[in-house]
Amino acid sequence: MSLVLNEDQLMLQQSARDFCREQAPVAVLRRMRDSEDRNGYPAQLWQSMVALGWAGMAIPEAYGGFDFGYSGLGLVLEETGRTLVPTPLVSTVLLSATVINLAGSEAQKTQLLPGIASGESVMALALEETAIHNPLHIELKAVKNGSGYMLHGDKQFVLDANVAGHFIVVARTDGETGHQEGISLFVVDSASKGIQVQRLNMVDSRNAGNVSFVDVAVSADALLGEEGKGWAALSRTLDIGRIGLAAEMLGGVQEVFERTVEYMKQRSQFGVQIGAFQALQHRAAIMYSEIELCKSLVLKALHELDRGEEAEDLPALASMCKAKLSEVYMLVSNEGVQMHGGIGMTDEFDIGFFMKRARVAQQTLGDAAFHRDRYASLRRF
Amino acid sequence: MQDLNAFRADTRAWLEDSCPASMRTPMPEDETVWGGRNAVFKNPDSKIWLQRMAEKGWTTPTWPQEYGGGGLDKAQSRVLAEELQRIKARPALVSFGISMLGPVLLEMSTHEQKLEHIPKIVHGEIRWCQGYSEPGAGSDLAGLGTKALLDGDEYVINGAKIWTSYADQADWIFCLVRTDFEAPKHSGISFILFDMASPGVSTRPIKLISGNSVFCETFFDDVRAPARNLVGRLNDGWTIAKRLLQHERTMISGFGLSSGRNNRGGLADNLAQTAMLYRGDVVELSDPVLRDQIAQFLIDSEAFTLTSQRSAQEARQSKGPNATSSVLKNYGCELNKRRYELALQAAGTQALGWESLTEDHSDFDQQELDVTRQWLRSKGNSIEGGTYEVQLNVIAKRVLGLPDMTSMVGSATSKKQAGA
Repeated sequence: MSLVLNEDQLMLQQSARDFCREQAPVAVLRRMRDSEDRNGYPAQLWQSMVALGWAGMAIPEAYGGFDFGYSGLGLVLEETGRTLVPTPLVSTVLLSATVINLAGSEAQKTQLLPGIASGESVMALALEETAIHNPLHIELKAVKNGSGYMLHGDKQFVLDANVAGHFIVVARTDGETGHQEGISLFVVDSASKGIQVQRLNMVDSRNAGNVSFVDVAVSADALLGEEGKGWAALSRTLDIGRIGLAAEMLGGVQEVFERTVEYMKQRSQFGVQIGAFQALQHRAAIMYSEIELCKSLVLKALHELDRGEEAEDLPALASMCKAKLSEVYMLVSNEGVQMHGGIGMTDEFDIGFFMKRARVAQQTLGDAAFHRDRYASLRRF
Repeated sequence: MQDLNAFRADTRAWLEDSCPASMRTPMPEDETVWGGRNAVFKNPDSKIWLQRMAEKGWTTPTWPQEYGGGGLDKAQSRVLAEELQRIKARPALVSFGISMLGPVLLEMSTHEQKLEHIPKIVHGEIRWCQGYSEPGAGSDLAGLGTKALLDGDEYVINGAKIWTSYADQADWIFCLVRTDFEAPKHSGISFILFDMASPGVSTRPIKLISGNSVFCETFFDDVRAPARNLVGRLNDGWTIAKRLLQHERTMISGFGLSSGRNNRGGLADNLAQTAMLYRGDVVELSDPVLRDQIAQFLIDSEAFTLTSQRSAQEARQSKGPNATSSVLKNYGCELNKRRYELALQAAGTQALGWESLTEDHSDFDQQELDVTRQWLRSKGNSIEGGTYEVQLNVIAKRVLGLPDMTSMVGSATSKKQAGA
C-alpha cells in the first residue's frame, strides 16, 4: 500500500496549491466577511474551481463527473484548507453528492449529480438537531401523506443552508430517537412551502443555517433509498465527510504551522530571533511530529476510500482521522496565536482566522471526544 | 520480475529446508541470539539457524557479498523479509554490529577495515558495544573527555564510558575518543575500534530501577589500540558518530512500532482487554476516562505505524535514514512510555508488585510482574540514544531550520571542557 503520492496526484496537488495561493488566498475569506456577502462564498471563483474539475472529482463519469476519486478531492480540500477559501465543496461535493451516489436511484443520480459536477447546484445535508454532533438523534418526522410524505421538525448548523437549492433531509419515518432503524433520507427543494432558513453568522465566517420544516409536503420520489433504511448510506457518507474534512483540516494545520515557524525566524527579541529559544523550539518540534502523524492518517484513509467496496476498517479510520486532526488543529492553531504574540490577537493578522476555522471544523461531524468514544466502541471496549 | 519470482521460489524452498521448526515459534526474550565469542544458544536450533543464515549472508541481506553479506538488492531483500515473515521465522542474529556499526563501516571505513570486521559481524562472531556516553558527557556528547594519545603505531586510551549496553558481554567496542585538545569540541573527536579483552579495560554493570543491569560503566586504563583501527579521518569522528546515531534512532523507534498491536502476549499488549479484565467489565470499559485515554493511545499508535511505513517508503526514494528518524524515535519512545503507564492504570495494584513471595504465584503472576519491570524499563526509552529533549533540538534545527543557540553556548565552553 502506497503512502506517497503518485505523479497524477502530485500534479493535481501543485495545480490546486497554485490556484489557491494566487486566486483564493485568505484575503478572499476576509473580503467575504467584511462585505457581509449575501452568498457567503465567492461564486465566480467557485466557477473557476468547477472549471478545474473540483466539483466532479469524486462523481462517476456516468453522472457527469471525472472519477478522480476521493484522493483527488482530498488533495483539493487540503489546499483550500490552507487558504480557508469558503466553497460548497464540503456541503455539496463531499456530503450531498456522496449520499446521493450511495443511496440514490438511477433516476435520482442522473437527475441530481450532473448539476453538482457542473457547479450549477449547491446542496446541503440537513442532519444535526443538537449543538453536539449526534447523527442518531433524529426527531424530525416524516409521515405518510397520500403517496408522499409530510416533513416536520427542526435542523441546526446546516452547512450552506442559506445558499442551497436542495436539502438532503435526515428524517425519522419510524422508531425512536437514537435508533438506526427508521431513519430515512429525502431530497427536498429548498423553495418548498413550509421551509424557513435562519442564516447563522459563525465564527469562521462560513455559511451555515438553522432550518425549520413546518408540514413540508414532498412526493414519494423525494425519498432517497429505502424508507427507514437510510442509516447505512448516511453513516458511510458521514465517514467520507469526516475524512474529507480531516483533509481540509490538514491543510489548515500545515499552513498555521509553517506561518508560525516562519514568524519565529523573523521576529527578534532580546537581540535574537525568537526561534532560537528552546521553549519555543521544542513546542514547534512536537507540533511537527504530530502533523507527520496526521498526514499519514489522512493519506491512508483517502487511499482506502478509493478502494470503494473493498475499503477496510473505514469507520475506524474516519474516527482516527477526525479525532487526531481535531486534537492537532486545536493545538497548532492555539500555539499559532500564542507564538505570534500580540499581533496574533489582531484581526488584521490572518492567523486568528485559522483558529476560528479550526474550532468549527472540530465540531463539524464530531469532535475528538466523540470520535475516540466511537473508535473505542468499534474496537470493542 | 520473472527473476524476482524465481528468487522468491528459491528462497521459499531454501527456508523450508533450512529453518528449524523451533525457529518458527515466538521467541522468548532469553533466547535472543546476540552472537560473540561467548555466544549463548539456549535453544540449540538457534545455533544451526544462525550458521545457515550467515553462510548465505542473510543475517545482513543487503550488505555486499565481498564482505560476507547477502548482496541482495532492495527488491530481493523485501522478498526475503516477506518470506521470513511468512513462516514467522525468528531473527537469526540481533546485534549492534548489524544495526549500528556495520552500516557506518560500509559507508565510511577502508577496504581493509571492512574485510577485517564486516564478515565477523555477519557471522555473529564478534559482539560489539558502543562507547559513547561518559559520566560528564551525556546529552552534551561532544563534550567527551576520554583521551587517545598516539604512541608509535598505537593509541593509548584513558578515560571512562557509561551506559555502555552489554559492555560486560561484548568482545569489541566502537568508541569515541578525544584526539585533539585544542580544537573546538566537535572537531577533536575520533572514532576508534578496539578489543574489550585488551589489558586495561574493565566493566561494572549498573543496577537499574527495574532491577536489571543491561548497562555498564566501562573504564580504560592505558589501553593500547592499533592506530589502523581508527575509522575515517583523525579528528573527524563526530561525522561518523552522528551518522551512527541516526541508525541507532531508527533502531530504537522500532520499539514503538508494535505499540497497540497484539503480539507480545503481555498485559500491556491489549490495554483495553486488560483494563476490562481487572474491572470485571464485559461489554464496555467502565472507566470512561481510561477508555478515552486508551483510545487516544491506540489511535496514536496506529498513526505512528503508518508514519513509519510512510517514512520507509520515502526513504526508499532518497537514501538512508534522515532527520525523520528523530521524529520517529521520539514518538515511538513516548508511545511506549504511555503504553506502560496505561497498563499500570489498567491493572491497578496488581501491576505494582516487585516479586512474588508465593510458590504458586497467587499474589502476583508472571505477566503482572513483567509489566511492572517493563514499565520501569520504558523510562529509559526517552533517555538512551539521545534524550527526548536532544531529539527535539535536532528536529528544530535540522528539519525546521530554526536558529541554534546551543552551538553559541557550546563553543564558548568547549575550550574549558577540552582542557579538563
